[in-house]
Amino acid sequence: MSTIIVHNEFIQDTESAAKLCPFGAIKTTAEGVLIDSSCRMCLLCVKKGPKGAFELLQDDEPQKKINKSEYDGILVSVECHQGHIHPVSIELIGKARELASISNQKVFACAAGATITSLIPELLAYGVDTVCVYDDPEFTYFRVEPHTAALEDAIGYLTPSVVLVGGTPIGRTLAPRTAARLRTGLTADCTSLDIQPNTDLDQIRPAFGGNIMAHIRTMNHRPQFATVRYKIFDMAQKVDHPSGTIIYRSLDKRALESRIEVLDVQPKGVGTYIEEAEVIVAVGKGIQNDTNLGLFNELADLLGGQVACSRPLVENGWVESRRQIGLSGRTVRPKLIITCGISGSVQFAAGMRGSQKIIAINIDEHAPIMKIAHVGIVADVFEIVPRLIEQIRQHKPLGDIA
Amino acid sequence: MRYLVLIKQVPLSSNVAIDEKTGTIKRESGEAKMNPYDLYALETALRLRETYEGVVSVLTMGPPQAGSVVRESFMMGADEGFLLTDRAFAGSDVLATSYALSQAIKHIGNIDLVICGKQTTDGDTAQVGAECSEFLNIPCISNVQRIIDVTETAITAECDTGTTVETVRVHLPALMSVEKDIWQPRLPSFKLMCATAQRPVKTLNLKDLADTDERHYGLKGSPTQVVRMFPPEEKSDYEIWNEENLGERLYQYLVSEKFLQESV
Repeated sequence: MSTIIVHNEFIQDTESAAKLCPFGAIKTTAEGVLIDSSCRMCLLCVKKGPKGAFELLQDDEPQKKINKSEYDGILVSVECHQGHIHPVSIELIGKARELASISNQKVFACAAGATITSLIPELLAYGVDTVCVYDDPEFTYFRVEPHTAALEDAIGYLTPSVVLVGGTPIGRTLAPRTAARLRTGLTADCTSLDIQPNTDLDQIRPAFGGNIMAHIRTMNHRPQFATVRYKIFDMAQKVDHPSGTIIYRSLDKRALESRIEVLDVQPKGVGTYIEEAEVIVAVGKGIQNDTNLGLFNELADLLGGQVACSRPLVENGWVESRRQIGLSGRTVRPKLIITCGISGSVQFAAGMRGSQKIIAINIDEHAPIMKIAHVGIVADVFEIVPRLIEQIRQHKPLGDIA
Repeated sequence: MRYLVLIKQVPLSSNVAIDEKTGTIKRESGEAKMNPYDLYALETALRLRETYEGVVSVLTMGPPQAGSVVRESFMMGADEGFLLTDRAFAGSDVLATSYALSQAIKHIGNIDLVICGKQTTDGDTAQVGAECSEFLNIPCISNVQRIIDVTETAITAECDTGTTVETVRVHLPALMSVEKDIWQPRLPSFKLMCATAQRPVKTLNLKDLADTDERHYGLKGSPTQVVRMFPPEEKSDYEIWNEENLGERLYQYLVSEKFLQESV
């Protein structure tokens, strides 16, 4: 295998040599500099170190190159759970079509579930060329063994170059299990995907809690697995004349066996802690009195979120203290926070400035909240919020199921 | 019952930045800690041992200094600890890491239940557990939020599937990954620190594994390769709206940012 060897005769300053390694793998010892098992083979010491000091010893036996032309098509593993297609699957079909048009490939889908036949035409409507369907009572609930067997069978049948799986709790079990079975690469939670003409997938994902982005490729293995979280990509557009084919496949009894039994399924209760909410509607003094709270509760419900507040509302006894944001309350980091009539004191901001998207509605353009908001809306909340609620109701959204 | 908890040493802070000129990672400090999600996995094993008896072992893979997280697990109550370390593992991705861990688990032998945390704070992939279970050919359940019962042959638990809560019974041996907050992790105890000071951290190297083929580990055994690391784009989308009809504009904005779905 490839390894890095140290030529100590070229190293004058051992201290600075040790500092070359971001992973602390270069150690200075009595015998000189050596590399321990913290090494990640990033090769920075080879590139940046003293000339000749760190040498990359390449393999004597080069890796066998796979024939990429034997793998063709982009397969989306469609999640059928509780009689519905998870919308992340439709988003992935949209991305698959976009990639397929660059690399001139077909778009495949694989769906396993119980009595899912009626859901399949919808997949074709989004422009899938071929869908493999596994319809069996054994697929009623997600259990890792039979679902892995179905995806493995579809991959064997279609031989795609890329497999996209939704980054849901189910997908995050199914994708690694199947990728390990096929001894191939998997990149989790990609936030951007592109494709090379040779079908190598360019995968970008955050690491270290989003402080660094990594660009990852699976260059000598097929298929290339990637998972993508819900709401990263846009939903696929429907095509005018769906023309895809449906292939019903079945697995033998042994492949459907599982050592897991599902005993009970309950709908998940809506989280009642504001720290867990993905969407928060936060209200402050600007809502004037507690009889107006209903309006903001309604907005929070429509957005699938929770109502929270600033300190004065708790002090007035309008809202329970567990819903208070700020230094003396809770710290929240939702995907979206809409602040209504909150000026944004330092103490309040400390409890929510880590939110991914901050929309502030306030009548005062110079309120401190406007400085930290991604979108500052200078208006009366009682003008904006009822109008927004009306719009949401008119458009009858499907609602958030994630 | 034998429980094995997979633990990992991670940087103390994920506050790292990229030096755009040199492409190197700048860390605030070289200090490390146990991956916080693993504390919940270890706590789960310790609680199960209290109720149903058994032995709790821990396994970590990493550089020699990662042995300190094994020692920390002794201070919380683990009975036995293994450190899997070898230069041949350098540059392992999810597949190579999972394969090495599964080889070590087979070497340790006779494990009834492998317990993992939800994810790590440095890699964030949350995929190593499920890949391990494949190499071990055992069932796996994820997002476990509550243990209901454990018998000699099966474990019954509640799993959070995102939209539902499923009660499942899985036959042993099995692997499960647990949610944060399944139980509040205990603090390391000074008494246990003293009592376990002499307890060895058992070191495993490549030569101890059944498969000693270097091509299956490290960079060579890793199908995925990092092409480049770069800082995330700075968001510069600060804007102020102050015209008329902002209710409509806000609605369109929430749709375009995917907080709302338009009917199709």
